Amino acid sequence: MSTRALRACQLLSPAAVFRHTVLLATGALILVPFVWMVSLSIKPPGEIFRTSFSFWPVQFYGVENYTKAVTQAPLPRYLGNGVMICALILALQMLVCAPCAYALAKLRFAGRDTLFGLVLIGLLLPHQVLSLPLFILGYQIGILNTYAALVFPYVVSPFGIFLFRQFFKSMPDDVVHAARLDGLSETAIVWKIMVPTALPAVIAFAIFSIVSHWNDLFWPLIAVHDQSLMPPTLGIMVFKSEEAGTDYGPLMAAATLVVLPLIVAFLAAQRWFIEGLAEGAIK
Amino acid sequence: MASVSIDGIVKNYGPTPVLRDVSLSIADGEFLTLLGPSGCGKSTLLRVLAGLEMQDAGSISIGGRVVDGLRPKRRDVAMVFQSYALYPHMTVAANIALPLRMRRLTAIQRLPLVGRLLPGRARIAAEIDMEVTRTAKSLDIGHLLPRKPGQLSGGQRQRVAVGRAMVRHPAVFLMDEPLSNLDSKLRVQMRAEIKELHQRLGGTFVYVTHDQAEAMTLSDRVAVMLDGELLQVAPPQDIYGDPSDRRVAEFIGSPKINILDGVMRERGLIDVAGSTLKIDAAALPGMHLSLGIRPEALHLADQGGQSTLTGSVRMIEHMGSDLFVHLDLAGPDQPLVARLPAEYGPRITPGQTLHVGIRPERVLLFTPDGRRLRGQVELSRASVMPLREAAR
Repeated sequence: MSTRALRACQLLSPAAVFRHTVLLATGALILVPFVWMVSLSIKPPGEIFRTSFSFWPVQFYGVENYTKAVTQAPLPRYLGNGVMICALILALQMLVCAPCAYALAKLRFAGRDTLFGLVLIGLLLPHQVLSLPLFILGYQIGILNTYAALVFPYVVSPFGIFLFRQFFKSMPDDVVHAARLDGLSETAIVWKIMVPTALPAVIAFAIFSIVSHWNDLFWPLIAVHDQSLMPPTLGIMVFKSEEAGTDYGPLMAAATLVVLPLIVAFLAAQRWFIEGLAEGAIK
Repeated sequence: MASVSIDGIVKNYGPTPVLRDVSLSIADGEFLTLLGPSGCGKSTLLRVLAGLEMQDAGSISIGGRVVDGLRPKRRDVAMVFQSYALYPHMTVAANIALPLRMRRLTAIQRLPLVGRLLPGRARIAAEIDMEVTRTAKSLDIGHLLPRKPGQLSGGQRQRVAVGRAMVRHPAVFLMDEPLSNLDSKLRVQMRAEIKELHQRLGGTFVYVTHDQAEAMTLSDRVAVMLDGELLQVAPPQDIYGDPSDRRVAEFIGSPKINILDGVMRERGLIDVAGSTLKIDAAALPGMHLSLGIRPEALHLADQGGQSTLTGSVRMIEHMGSDLFVHLDLAGPDQPLVARLPAEYGPRITPGQTLHVGIRPERVLLFTPDGRRLRGQVELSRASVMPLREAAR
């Protein structure tokens, strides 16, 4: 049997049909709200509450909705805030996680395993549990309602430390030894040898970090109330209650604009991600 | 170029002793091999020498300077690793250049963008490039400089690792089983190249291996290690021909040395495997001894008698130039391997009874606890000479 015939046969078996039906249904379930959001963002108010559904509006109202979304609320400001907060969090997380992970993976010192245990416990705790203590801490040191309040709870990421530690541990000790003999300091080993070699892990972590902090609503809601500091998700919520009322067209346009950077960033990074993985696989 | 002095090094991993009071001095420009089975502590000793691990006791000096507290980079040693340990994300050129960049450029000059603007950097960088190219050419890897380690074969990676070590002209080269990841043909070729490299550079080399062929062919002296102890440090021919310990004799040589149990009957006569050998030994009558007989110290004898052993042929291995004949000796389960010239091949068949003669001066005597019993050669020379004549 040729491979093509074999593949067709595999695709048509009842199990495969069932599997693909489930996958397609789940995929559709996840995609429908997004499609609806995009569809609503280009419809005039009259069409939004029409009982019949069509993706394309009878009257294209996209320009008006998007103009309103960008001008009525300070959406560019929110997006700028989001980019800055996410970039700052990611940069600081890398700065903290990579050296920590290196120490846990490659250095020998008393209490290392206990520390790693603490990291694992940190990994288990949901962030919401910590929000009240963090709020009080933020109040005590007087950083509430500043960018610092949005960034500081996330600077130490147990997930990042864990991910990098696992990756660094899989690298041979001899590479570290060679680097020490070549004259690199421990800090230089982290930044010049370990992190560049762990590029796939770095990219995976960056995606994880950016997505979760771009979409975070819970902590910004607690930490800031000044509109000029708000990240996009919080901004949209405020926009909905204060400005838009029942004006869903501009609201959906704003939501689309908020989601767009993530999708673009993910598609761009996906290409790197696969390249990074392929490069690692050649070794 | 420097001598190395290792003095009373002790190293434990938890309760497990890895190095037990190892002392060794290595002359300037010497090629010394640490030879031993895996797990004997030879790699640990090398890493202690490099400063990658700290000893629990003892001291190390390189070039007359005590280096115990010094970091690896301050010890002026370079190391080639079994896994090559190249930096996978850097090109071959960057791999080789890194030790020079770390030493000659300041931290600010190494910065990615700002560094380029600093005075003097361009000149130093050009010098480094030149030296990297020269080193790469001398190792025949000049054309590989823009590639990454992942695109190279094992032998090429090996050369890059050697290049990275030699580019900064270290006082001491440390090599940790550098050839064991190569296929056997390439291994023999690289072995010759390492020997040439040593002659060309004239540096002090400390080479770790479990392969006795590498140790024998490369070294000025071989240090045999077992269970964290140095058993013997001597030139290769002495390690083979004049081992000081039964474990050394058993570790070196392929096929393995024959060890036979014998009993001293009276002065000058030892009972072994149903026959009596005329060997004088500094031992009392009735004492048990182990006789170490290299396979090539045996020769075919026409008939049994004194200084011959008799056994039945179990197996014959044809090696081309030689025959390895496995014999079952009379007596309690004593196998024996004899290395005979290939022309005897047609005359020997399995099951046949064979007499093999022993050259008494080549028999190594060991006490039951494994120490070498010396002095028998001097004592027995008078009686051996006529025997040898008789054997011919």
